[in-house]
Amino acid sequence: MQPNSAATPAAGRVRPTDVYFFGTCLLDLFLPEAGMDAITLLENLGLRVHFPQAQSCCGQPAYTSGHPNEARAVARAQLGLFPNDWPIVVPSGSCGGMMKHHWPRLFAGEPEQALAEALAARVVELSDFLLNVLDFHPQDRGLPTRVAVHTSCGARREMNVHVTSWALVDRLGNVERVVHDHESECCGFGGTFSVKHADIAGAMVTDKAASLQHSGALEFVTADAGCLLNINGKLAKDGERVFAGKHLATFLLERTGGKA
Amino acid sequence: MSEQQTITLYPSRQFKDNARAALKDGELRQSLRTAMDYLMAKRLSAFSDGDELETLRTLGETIRQRCLAKLPELLEKLEAQLTANGVQVHWAETTEQANEIIHGLIARRGGTLAVKGKSMVSEETELNHYLEARGVTAVESDMGEYIVQLAGEKPTHIIMPAIHKTKAHIAQLFHDKLPDTPYTEDVDSLIRIGRNALRDLYLKADVGLSGVNFAVAETGTLCLVENEGNGRMCTTVPDMHIAITGIEKVVEKLTDVVPLYSLLTRSAIGQPITTYFNMISSPRKPGEKDGPREVHLVLLDNGRSQAYADEQLRKTLQCIRCGACMNHCPVYTRIGGHAYGTTYPGPIGEIISPHMLGLENTKDLPTASSLCGACGEVCPVKIPIPEMLMRLREEEQRPAGEVVAHPLRGQGAAHTGKEALAWRTWRGLFGQPGAYKLFGWAATRLRGLTPPGQLGWTQNHVPLKPAAKTLHQLVRERDAARR
Amino acid sequence: MSARDNILAKLRNAPRSAPVEPDVAAHFERFGPRWNEVEALRHWATMMRSVKTDIVWCTESDWPQRLAEQVKARPIRSLLLARQTPHGALAHTALEHNPLLQLKTFDRMVDDWKDELFNDTDAAFTVVRCGIAATGTLVLWPDADEPRTMSLVPPTHFALFDTRTLHADFHTAMTSEAWPNGMPTNALLVSGPSKTADIQLTLAYGAHGPRDLVVLAVLPPHLSADQLKDAA
Repeated sequence: MQPNSAATPAAGRVRPTDVYFFGTCLLDLFLPEAGMDAITLLENLGLRVHFPQAQSCCGQPAYTSGHPNEARAVARAQLGLFPNDWPIVVPSGSCGGMMKHHWPRLFAGEPEQALAEALAARVVELSDFLLNVLDFHPQDRGLPTRVAVHTSCGARREMNVHVTSWALVDRLGNVERVVHDHESECCGFGGTFSVKHADIAGAMVTDKAASLQHSGALEFVTADAGCLLNINGKLAKDGERVFAGKHLATFLLERTGGKA
Repeated sequence: MSEQQTITLYPSRQFKDNARAALKDGELRQSLRTAMDYLMAKRLSAFSDGDELETLRTLGETIRQRCLAKLPELLEKLEAQLTANGVQVHWAETTEQANEIIHGLIARRGGTLAVKGKSMVSEETELNHYLEARGVTAVESDMGEYIVQLAGEKPTHIIMPAIHKTKAHIAQLFHDKLPDTPYTEDVDSLIRIGRNALRDLYLKADVGLSGVNFAVAETGTLCLVENEGNGRMCTTVPDMHIAITGIEKVVEKLTDVVPLYSLLTRSAIGQPITTYFNMISSPRKPGEKDGPREVHLVLLDNGRSQAYADEQLRKTLQCIRCGACMNHCPVYTRIGGHAYGTTYPGPIGEIISPHMLGLENTKDLPTASSLCGACGEVCPVKIPIPEMLMRLREEEQRPAGEVVAHPLRGQGAAHTGKEALAWRTWRGLFGQPGAYKLFGWAATRLRGLTPPGQLGWTQNHVPLKPAAKTLHQLVRERDAARR
Repeated sequence: MSARDNILAKLRNAPRSAPVEPDVAAHFERFGPRWNEVEALRHWATMMRSVKTDIVWCTESDWPQRLAEQVKARPIRSLLLARQTPHGALAHTALEHNPLLQLKTFDRMVDDWKDELFNDTDAAFTVVRCGIAATGTLVLWPDADEPRTMSLVPPTHFALFDTRTLHADFHTAMTSEAWPNGMPTNALLVSGPSKTADIQLTLAYGAHGPRDLVVLAVLPPHLSADQLKDAA
């Protein structure tokens, strides 16, 4: 397993006492339990988790839809929420990628440029943080199972953290991680892409759901709410009642007995 | 830039309908998936050393950026060097001009038959139709292009033009269209049929047409990459050779082609090298017994200078046309090249076509991507394709009346009042903590009223329904309980 | 204004920043192959054979005889060669006693015998300028004696290759031979017989150029074919 070479800042590499948690709008509105699970997981590992109540969204939906002014306005509202020099943990590769790589671009030449760059340097994706900063070795208390892992494209190609979810799952003694067909391929979410090009996005998520279902896994995990809503939404639409996915944080918390 | 443009609004074309039809074609889907899987695996095996690959990609990027930074000077140098070598250079701003020049050269000799090596730029200008209408038959000689032309279609892939066809399709096509040809699905036999049909034409053709992979300014050399030998035939046997290429294809030095050629063949088809690398620097010299007596190069702009005008969009022109972005694109893999309705399909097509055709004719292309980044990851010259797509999305969303310093044809073409209002509303809700808190409160309270139809989302998914409590609320409740 | 002036003016009008100068030589110094003579030849032969090239190891003295054997082993009734060159004369001497073989010389402009070249010439014999080990490649610089169509039109191409001219990679070949100082009318890299995979990705040889490429690879006196035997 390659160590994560993503340029995570020195501040994030040293085990901190406190972290900020940026919940992301999708988790906030549609999968809040997964957000709570991530927070609980971090607290169980001895961290103080700070959740700024004024947070909303990183701005990505508008940014990738050709509306940078709207994206900037929303991102700007987040910039003042992280005054202490703590890591900003984000339970999503694509939102993390937005904050880490695109905020500096979005605020280039703006008065907030330096602040955005400083924050970007402190952003760390949850699985990367658990593995590479906390060196989390989860004690697996669950029954033997098989899971497939879907990694978001943001995590894979922007944050370079696709190996971290695998590594965490591989540290669970009773969990067999299975590889699914075309594992590195996008699930077809892509924000407004899945609305503007519903036919193509539908073909993509159909294929992704099928390859996860046929992988031999009993369930799948992903560290990205967008992908999770996309794939689970598709499975549910097709009437699938058994096979579904959950957020990596939820899965880890369940396996370690932290969740009833 | 002093030039400015005021945004006006345009209608659009048929990409979504084409895509929908292609998605329903099971045979096409299967052909594409098999082919793209094969090409991806081949590429991967051709770059076994990841360190070498990354260093080479960076080198390729640096070379292309250096060549683009000196583009006007290099074009002049190329022209001077080619002219000194005896090659005649022509310039065309538009496809119409390029076709006129080529037809004029052929007509001057009274030519009626041209054989063509593979040239995507000639597809761009729709040269075959132009010539046909003026009494000149232009026959494609690349096997894939020949098949596509015989079928009355256009290429579906820039490297593998007939990738959408099975051997059964081709067997039927040859049987139907070529005299005395029995139906056979044996690929060797099919290739022999194609070979025999074309050899006669090389012999008779008045003119050979070709594209160019790299035009070397330093030595005045046109480099052509191929496996079949048809390119060599077209550029060697007829008495006149006309090459056509985009103005961005010039490289400064002969040594520049070494890494670029390696990147091209390995990225495109996973081959360490192609069968032929054909370097042409002059027409037949006194004493030489073959080769064309006249060689011409047509340099085409067709929107490239628009991309060039902006330093970010200029990166589009780094492309060496390997097709790796197509092979790795989950969208291309599902709809194939024809759906795009453009000469260049797939990710590179999504970012180059708007400059050639205007955003008014291509407005659905920049959004036809989940921004998964696979294209940028494999691009041999590191074009940040997702970044280009986002920039074009921004350009096509500009409102009418906005004045911009970087004019692009068709800017604002995708703007709608409805979408703009949606984003303004979103900004109002998500940009202010108080409004967002209220929004979260309302969304969770009114979740029972979730509409069963949510634009395109519910076509493939159950409706998105807000949770009973937001994460904000759960955290507040937990904090309260702890106090 | 002409199209030329318009295009150049538009390009000049664009903002440009100073480019980074790439170091092509450094790349190939770092990643280029490091082989001894035998390793390089083996790699070259493996690569060429992987794309259906026939390689016949020869010596300085026996290559004309080996050529004659190779010709005899195939249904070849006519062969084009450059009798006026030293190697062409040697080949001619070795082949002229074959009663079933008609020898031809490219002694006219191609325009005067295109039909015969295309339809009644089974093979051609030419010399190779140099080779490239990394990619399994022959470099041809056709000239007045051995014109471009010789290695292209006849279905079988016999190529005489002095293995002492083998370069490690394309970059070394180009720079050590100072190609940038002047290119011929046509220079070619040839890596195998003509091929295509345009029909359902199925590889087929003999698309438009030669179906068969036979290399007579002449080894220097200190090397024997036995040393290269296990090259796949």
